Amino acid sequence: MTSPALETIIGLEVHAQLSTRSKMFCGCSTAFGAAPNSQTCPVCQGMPGVLPVINRSAVELGIRTALALGCRINEHNRFARKHYYYPDMPKNYQISQYEEPLAEHGVLAIEVGGTPRAIGIQRVHLEEDVGKLVHEGALETARSSTVDFNRAGVPLMEIVSKPDLRSPEEAAGYLRALRTILLYLGVCDGNMEEGSLRCDANISLRPAGSEEYGVKVEIKNMNSFRNVQHALEHEVRRQARALDEGERIVQETRLWDPERARTVSMRSKEYAHDYRYFPEPDLPPLQVGAGWVEAIRAGLPELPAARRQRFAAAYGLSAYDADLLTQGRALADYFEAAVREHPRPKAVANWALNELLRELPADDDRAVAACPIPPRNLAGLLRLIDDGTISGKIAKDVFEKMYRTGQDAPSIIEREGLTQVADSGELSRIVDQVLAANPKVVEDWRSGKKAALGFLVGQVMKATQGRANPGLVNRLLGEKLPTG
Amino acid sequence: MLTRLTIEELGARFRRGEATPSQAAAAYLERIGALDGRVKAYLTVTRETALGQAAEADARFAAGRPLSPLDGVPVAVKDLLCTRGIRTTCGSRILETFVPPYDATVVARLRAAGAVLLGKLNLDEFAMGSSTEHSAFFPTRNPWDLDRVPGGSSGGSAAAAAADLAAATLGSDTGGSIRQPAAFCGTVGLKPTYGRVSRYGLVAFASSLDQIGPFAKTVADAALVLGVIAGADPRDSTAVDVAVPDYRAALSGGVEGLRVGIPAEYFIEGLDPEVEAAVQAAVAVLRGLGARTEGVSLPHTRYGLPAYYLIAPAEASSNLARYDGVKYGLRAPGGRHLVEMYGRTRAAGFGAEVKRRIMLGAYALSAGYYDAYYGKAQRVRTLVRRDFQQAFERVDVLAAPTTPGVAFRLGEKTDPLQMYLNDILTIPVNLAGLPGVSVPAGFTQAGLPIGLQLIGRPYDEATVLRAAHAYERATTWHQRKPPLP
Repeated sequence: MTSPALETIIGLEVHAQLSTRSKMFCGCSTAFGAAPNSQTCPVCQGMPGVLPVINRSAVELGIRTALALGCRINEHNRFARKHYYYPDMPKNYQISQYEEPLAEHGVLAIEVGGTPRAIGIQRVHLEEDVGKLVHEGALETARSSTVDFNRAGVPLMEIVSKPDLRSPEEAAGYLRALRTILLYLGVCDGNMEEGSLRCDANISLRPAGSEEYGVKVEIKNMNSFRNVQHALEHEVRRQARALDEGERIVQETRLWDPERARTVSMRSKEYAHDYRYFPEPDLPPLQVGAGWVEAIRAGLPELPAARRQRFAAAYGLSAYDADLLTQGRALADYFEAAVREHPRPKAVANWALNELLRELPADDDRAVAACPIPPRNLAGLLRLIDDGTISGKIAKDVFEKMYRTGQDAPSIIEREGLTQVADSGELSRIVDQVLAANPKVVEDWRSGKKAALGFLVGQVMKATQGRANPGLVNRLLGEKLPTG
Repeated sequence: MLTRLTIEELGARFRRGEATPSQAAAAYLERIGALDGRVKAYLTVTRETALGQAAEADARFAAGRPLSPLDGVPVAVKDLLCTRGIRTTCGSRILETFVPPYDATVVARLRAAGAVLLGKLNLDEFAMGSSTEHSAFFPTRNPWDLDRVPGGSSGGSAAAAAADLAAATLGSDTGGSIRQPAAFCGTVGLKPTYGRVSRYGLVAFASSLDQIGPFAKTVADAALVLGVIAGADPRDSTAVDVAVPDYRAALSGGVEGLRVGIPAEYFIEGLDPEVEAAVQAAVAVLRGLGARTEGVSLPHTRYGLPAYYLIAPAEASSNLARYDGVKYGLRAPGGRHLVEMYGRTRAAGFGAEVKRRIMLGAYALSAGYYDAYYGKAQRVRTLVRRDFQQAFERVDVLAAPTTPGVAFRLGEKTDPLQMYLNDILTIPVNLAGLPGVSVPAGFTQAGLPIGLQLIGRPYDEATVLRAAHAYERATTWHQRKPPLP
């Protein structure tokens, strides 16, 4: 879609709400969905005379993330005030980090379309979220607006990539990989609809081979992976067309409008804020000693890339299956727990990927963790296939019933009488009836049409409502069919 | 007269049952009623609160269980300190109706010690000024001469302490706002080390410079109040966990052998000769008590004032951004949209001096100017701090004038720069975060008080207070009372 002579340059700024119980600079709860302004205090309301106090666990989650992204942690880092007036911000400045952020110079390995890429991480810093405005009607014409400060002061982590992304697909891939890491680390719930994870992009085009960057445009309001990719694809087209027609790109901020599938100019650089950053005098510099960092490093979980490789190597899974199974920490945990109970990894992987993911999104840790079929029960089901109690076909029905009811496989099989018919006397009678009822097919078989066997097996299965042991049916048919 | 007694004397009477906290509160309220119409130290008198607290203190003394040396003692605080349920105006129209839902840490500590709150004291708007003429409501008068200013910004706190309108008061000092009015009003005013007293609930002017401290009739009383309000606070990350000594006990011991430095740069051109003479005489008194005095140099002193007038307004421009009409305080009517509402509210709510400093500060922080102004001022600050560090390698305290002159007439200083020069001898101490005290050190021929400033090492209030106490014991300046009934 881009004219071949242009190269796309994208950098992403991702804001992740940290999963702390209390806010960044006060003790108020961060729980989502409470009554407006019920989770506020003088500090997060920006009353006169209040002072911030750093939430230690937010810093730890930030360090955890920075380490997972291979960043250098700044031993001496500090907070700064970023000023702009808006009613959702109680102090009319946001406590953020500017010079001396928490961490810098990391890298995130991604793979898009089979090509591995290392995307640089410029910085990871901490800041506080703003409140939420509720307008009576549309913003431009609202007669009044109310503000809810429950979200004001919730800890945010901003992760800024280097301008290393070269396509909208890569940008979406980077965001997916980053989200997976955040979920693995347990630092953010990754919910883009609720706004726990937000993404802005800087995008520019330049002639292929050029060293200089083109004029960049910032795109906001992309609250899903799809939106990120679509918005950037649209913006690539828009800028390419403009450049082809000899226009200049204006440095500006544009909003993605998913309804109309286009970006709309929000403000140009002439109106850009001067944030008047300066070091936050109410907070002494935050010292992050090597001891603290190492203790956090020691507690890091296995990360998606490492787990993917281990799954392929240790369980003999294809790269594709290993990738799918490690998309979410809960899914990977589920798989490993089931394999411990039933050490046939390929079977477990097939069932997890084909059946479980029919019901659940792979990357929704909360849903996977709350799955009505615990790993032990999946293992129990697979054991019943292996020992011949039920067929694989019946097992799929049983799986669905297990998912609906939360019961284990033996209970369902017993209640519904689904045990495989492996009694050769009973099956023998049924086979005889089937042969007697289908003389033409039997004749086909005799004249060499081997496919006729499949039909006869099917008829036996039908007569037993699928409960016949397939091996036994095949053996009996082999014995009873006339040779020749 | 109970209102003449020091905290120590008042406490002794309470313990002996010769007076009750209710009697003391009533005496102060009566005196406020009689005199404050002329002095105008109070913005709000909290009569009911005071009488209620005093009655509770009565019961504790009756049971023989006072909470602290401040139990039952009538005090008042600068109206920049948040008081739960009691209007806190900061001397500004923009907060004229603001009632905080919480107590400043120092207010909570005073309450917990049993002190009785008489009310809230006048100040220059948001503590920006040196005369209390910048109060949005009315100027406070100097008790020694009602046509003169009490100094500022804690002018109400100084005047109330000097005129016996409270047994002790709290103020705040960003560039001299405790020491300068203490000198002008002939009372004791102590600015503790930055980090010694929690700033939680002190409405911020310049966060890296502001510090709360007491005004009192004597050094010993100031030591008692400091003991109650000092110490780390989980709500203020800049209030450092350094052990708080028993300041009262540390007063004894005198100044025998104490090394007192006299900084040459503080005896500037333009220093009032009467002030200079009084301070030299005070140094001689200290020498007579056994102190070893020597000249020292603080070479970057002259850069302190300009650095301060970049740093303090810069921080103020940020701290005052929250007063926008959205959440509390004034909202000016008539704005057709958000930006207009902001503009009208801030135009109507802030006085000229506050606006001047917000503009200065916003400019100093703006893109392209930060390094030249704010950044450079911070480097100057480091040099000023280093000057003091080097001096304190040789001496234990520094002695200097608190102010270049004495109390001036209301309306006399109309040029902001002339006003700013009042703080030239106090500002470096704030830039370095050091403790400093002003004690009465004489009077001019015209009968106006002169202050001696003593400056100490970080967190060494004890030595500063010991020297001040020794000086006070050897002189009688603190016993003089202003010409009021």
